[in-house]
Amino acid sequence: MKNRINQLFEKKKKNIFSVYFTAGFPNLNDTVKIIQQLEKNGVDLIEIGIPFSDPTADGPTIQKSSEIALKNGMSLNLLFEQLKEIRQSVSIPLVLMGYFNPVYQFGVNNFCKRCNEIGIDGTILPDLPLDEFEAEYKSTFEENNLHNILLITPQTSEERIRQIDEASTGFIYMVSSSGTTGAGKKVEDFQKDYFERIKNMNLKNPSVIGFGISDNATFANACKYANGAIIGSAFVSSLKSEFKLEDSISEFVKKILSSD
Amino acid sequence: MKYQVNEKGYYGEFGGAWIPEMMYTNIDELKRRYLEIIESDDFRNEFNQLLKDYVGRPSPLYFARRLSEHYGSKIYLKREDLNHTGSHKLNNTIGQILLAQKLGKTRIIAETGAGQHGVATATVCALKGIKCVVYMGALDVSRQAPNVKKMKMLGAEVIPVYSGNKTLKDATNEAMRDWIANPVDTHYIIGSVVGPHPYPDMVARFQSVISAEMKKQLLEQTGSELPTRVLACVGGGSNAAGAFYHFLDEEKVELIGVEAAGKGIHTTETAATLTVGSPGVLHSSKTMLMQNDDGQITEPYSISAGLDYPGIGPLHAHLHKTGRAKFLAATDEEVLQSVLLLTQKEGIIPALESAHALAALEKIEMKPDDVNVVNLSGSGNKDMETYLNYFGY
Repeated sequence: MKNRINQLFEKKKKNIFSVYFTAGFPNLNDTVKIIQQLEKNGVDLIEIGIPFSDPTADGPTIQKSSEIALKNGMSLNLLFEQLKEIRQSVSIPLVLMGYFNPVYQFGVNNFCKRCNEIGIDGTILPDLPLDEFEAEYKSTFEENNLHNILLITPQTSEERIRQIDEASTGFIYMVSSSGTTGAGKKVEDFQKDYFERIKNMNLKNPSVIGFGISDNATFANACKYANGAIIGSAFVSSLKSEFKLEDSISEFVKKILSSD
Repeated sequence: MKYQVNEKGYYGEFGGAWIPEMMYTNIDELKRRYLEIIESDDFRNEFNQLLKDYVGRPSPLYFARRLSEHYGSKIYLKREDLNHTGSHKLNNTIGQILLAQKLGKTRIIAETGAGQHGVATATVCALKGIKCVVYMGALDVSRQAPNVKKMKMLGAEVIPVYSGNKTLKDATNEAMRDWIANPVDTHYIIGSVVGPHPYPDMVARFQSVISAEMKKQLLEQTGSELPTRVLACVGGGSNAAGAFYHFLDEEKVELIGVEAAGKGIHTTETAATLTVGSPGVLHSSKTMLMQNDDGQITEPYSISAGLDYPGIGPLHAHLHKTGRAKFLAATDEEVLQSVLLLTQKEGIIPALESAHALAALEKIEMKPDDVNVVNLSGSGNKDMETYLNYFGY
């Protein structure tokens, strides 16, 4: 079947709402429930975080959620086990996001096969650089109908953006600013030039903006320049174990999509 | 040149630059420019001048007579402990601060474990009048208090890191996050032969002055520039890389690296990466790591904060794999006995890290005419509290 990421971007060009959460947080067995609730409330694409002991590209919120997830007992094996029957209840695109070492220990081949069996559509592995991916793993990903999503940043040169666009198959993850993940900074203050520069490049792939998107204003602004935006830290922070997951997720999604 | 890094940044199967895109521009610039800069006359002149007049090089190669008698073999000590700031670390920070200036950087960040690299970085930043931020695990901040105070007095900002085990690995994570957040004005002075290419090669080149001097000094003192063997402690492995560098292609020189066994290689409290580890990717390098089956990095342990690291430089992983160097491990207990032995035989109090190399003298076979060079990478001044508590003086 056609990859669900491509299906999504074909039928929806604007305001694609993507959410990241860390698997195993706040509780070990919340994974499936969080995915189902996000879809039910109108989220378009989900990034499932594979927790890692040393998340060097993440800010304090995701560091903390990863630490708790690992303490709760999350592992890549267990995550695949939890996701085994996810396609019986969920149809939006699912992307696994994490650091390379757990994938490497699992075996890249086995990892891609499991993703394909389960119905995972893509991966975001920030510390798997483009040249290593292309030299070693590209064909394995392709065989398993799996898109490896690549990042660009405000520092990425035009030449390299073209190269990344050429190598990309799903969408391009635009890191909104310098800095690790984390909510808070006002997008419009820093990134207008960068966003416009990328928009004017007319890349062949759709793009989604991530890092620093935390509320309906930053979401709406990012959507002016790209096909959509990703919210991570702000969503993870909203998951408090004392509230019912159903309630906090529906409230969070509503707030982001509200137009006030 | 069998043991040099290749153009992709690999030593055999180890190394590379496993960086997130956020670090690409900085690492690419370094990769393109480091050789041209450090081989320029301008750079070499200032580097060599500072090594001589500021660091105090060459460091002596000292024939340790009473220690030699004790072991029945000739022991020479390369006295890196006599460098300014008390260790080999300044060789690298001098090189990198000059490089950072050539790259137009105005802010320096560094990670530190024992505090020796932090002090060496704060020192060169004071020397050049550049802003300096040092990340240090909160546990190390408390166990290496004098070095924290030194860094502050030198004008550096010391930021304690509270994640993980609050040691060197966690400080390195935080320094990388800082660099990702500040990619334009900042240079990251990594303290060892770890991290993405070109750091392992660059740091090894700056530290290679150690073995370059050894060769000259050995020729003068023994009539041959080649010893029987060279011994050095290994955490990330910068002093060992420097001590091995000019002997790598001299296959008859035996190279021995000594890791920290902590409470023993069969316990969970160890930092002997090559003994207990397996290949993986951490801190942007493919190398040997201490990790569990799920690829999560496990927490190392050593009495010595400078060796308390779950990875190792890719050069050493390669030397281990090819058998070019032999790697041993010494326990906390063995190390402390070696500290006392050197102190009372030679009147030299070594750093805990360096004493790992000394402890290996108990584990190897040496003939009377063998020439053994131990790289005494640092002074024991920073470890006096540990020594006084342990030995009960």
